[in-house]
Amino acid sequence: MTNLTLEDIIKPENLVHERTKLMTDKTLSYCPGCGHGTAHHIIMEVIEELDMQEQTIGVAPVGCSVLAYDFMNIDMQQAAHGRAPAVATGIKRVYPNKIVFTYQGDGDLAAIGTAETIHACNRGENIVIVFVNNGIYGMTGGQMAPTTLPGMKSSTSPYGRDVHDMGNPLKMTELVAQLPGTYFVTRQAVHTPSAVRKAKRSIRKAFENQRDGNHGISFVEIVSNCNSGWKMTPTDSNVWMVENMLPFYPLGDIKVDGKLL
Amino acid sequence: MGELKLMKGNEALAEAAIRAGADAYFGYPITPQSEVIEYLMAEKPHERTGMVVLQAESEVAAINMVYGAAGAGKRVMTSSSSPGISLKQEGLSYMAGAELPCVYANVVRGGPGLGTIQPSQADYFQSTKGGGHGDYRQIVLAPASVQEMSDFVKLGFDLAFKYRTPVLILSDGVIGQMMEKVELFDQMPRLKDEEIAENFEWATTGRKKGTERTIITSLALQAHEMEAHNLHLQAKYKTISENEVRFETFDCEDAEYIIVAYGSSARIAQKTVQIARKKGIKVGLFRLISLYPFPSADLQKLCKQGVKGFLAVEMSAGQMVEDVMLAVKGCAKVEHFGRFGGIIHTPEEVLKALEQKIIGG
Repeated sequence: MTNLTLEDIIKPENLVHERTKLMTDKTLSYCPGCGHGTAHHIIMEVIEELDMQEQTIGVAPVGCSVLAYDFMNIDMQQAAHGRAPAVATGIKRVYPNKIVFTYQGDGDLAAIGTAETIHACNRGENIVIVFVNNGIYGMTGGQMAPTTLPGMKSSTSPYGRDVHDMGNPLKMTELVAQLPGTYFVTRQAVHTPSAVRKAKRSIRKAFENQRDGNHGISFVEIVSNCNSGWKMTPTDSNVWMVENMLPFYPLGDIKVDGKLL
Repeated sequence: MGELKLMKGNEALAEAAIRAGADAYFGYPITPQSEVIEYLMAEKPHERTGMVVLQAESEVAAINMVYGAAGAGKRVMTSSSSPGISLKQEGLSYMAGAELPCVYANVVRGGPGLGTIQPSQADYFQSTKGGGHGDYRQIVLAPASVQEMSDFVKLGFDLAFKYRTPVLILSDGVIGQMMEKVELFDQMPRLKDEEIAENFEWATTGRKKGTERTIITSLALQAHEMEAHNLHLQAKYKTISENEVRFETFDCEDAEYIIVAYGSSARIAQKTVQIARKKGIKVGLFRLISLYPFPSADLQKLCKQGVKGFLAVEMSAGQMVEDVMLAVKGCAKVEHFGRFGGIIHTPEEVLKALEQKIIGG
């Protein structure tokens, strides 16, 4: 391989990857090492590749990604904590031909917004839900989430999550897959290049499902790290995620084209 | 003349939603206003105008569906009764913050808590002082007839879009449940998607290439930005209070005493005025139509004309009376009378209160 000069690298014929125009130039507010930035990018890449931006309206949650609308360069609404699936329902019902998605964390989707999530899924709203699960409340400083693993430490389970006292982690993705209103349910991650490619394929499929009018929710969980909340380096947090989160939240498709696998 | 019908207040409200060109109604059943969603479901408005009607899983979900559709520029409505309206306060605060238009109705029942299903006017504070968290106000219209249950839907949408604010139709179990003759206004067209995209630049309808994106949010993490937004909201509320005061008066020209009331209490008090006039008591009725903005200057004017006393009549332990006191600024006596917890006062009880608390007091 020849050594390329800077002039060579910037030549159009040497372009291997272009940053999506659907991300703004604003510096991401996420901690270095966090998976949110990658998740944002692949969603925006998919919308750009499918040329959907003029029809798409996104709904941001409360949590670390409350400011998703600062980074996603499309029309966005910011919802109250947990209410994104209801807000998305409102938009989609009055604009059945537009593309509507929510981007939610685990506290938002699986705790305070459980009812809105279950009922939007059960009604089979034709929307996309992207669910980023890092097992902790990141924005408020690392409290226990509905998805915090048994024994896992957080600022409100400082001695580890005692499931007899604090309840069990909720596998929301497996739960919604049981509902007849979900059409595509999958769990992905963004910690390695191959995982990112698979996650992007799933997100693309989810948006294609909505575009093609397939009846029901396309639900994509992305298991992610929270190096700040877990009090680890980014690298250690990804190793910990693979060793601890993924055995409990296994990756892969759960329901495809309305059929449980 | 428009179509004449004999209808319940709740049914008139629902029919008016269709005729006002509403794009959607999201609701959840609760007594005494369940007829609104029942009527809409039975009418199949999607066949009449294309209007969407959806029964949500909760009042919380319903108001957030309203938020989403309103944020996309649509004419959206919801309704409930007191306990359900409490649940909607989160969404209403967000809508006030994000400056989204909507019309919603509260067919008030007795509280606090689960309370009772009988009529009440005990949600005045919640309705006029904000309701949810943060510094905000909303336009509050108080119908006193089935006719106004219909008319205020149309007026409500006009005001909601003029000022980009939630508008509350503050009804009660009497007005919602009683049947009266109503003249329905003619069907108005729903706006086309292209008209919405063109006319409401604030609405999220999809970012066209080469244009800036639209964001609906009530969040401003920087305090100085939040203060600036609050100042903008307060300026809007000032404009509303200068331009949208609504009331009507009966026999106030020569009145020595004034009954101030709204909604079903105003209907009852009108009878009290008739009885009292026959007895030679010079009393008039000041009926509030807009509760926010409150007609303070007009009450003050009456006071300066020589009115000796005001009796605030409301089916509550005394809420609206505080605004009457603030309006007249001590220039005349102000007292409260009202039965509450689901009990409706009679015209005779109101007269007795007038004689004891204002004339003889």
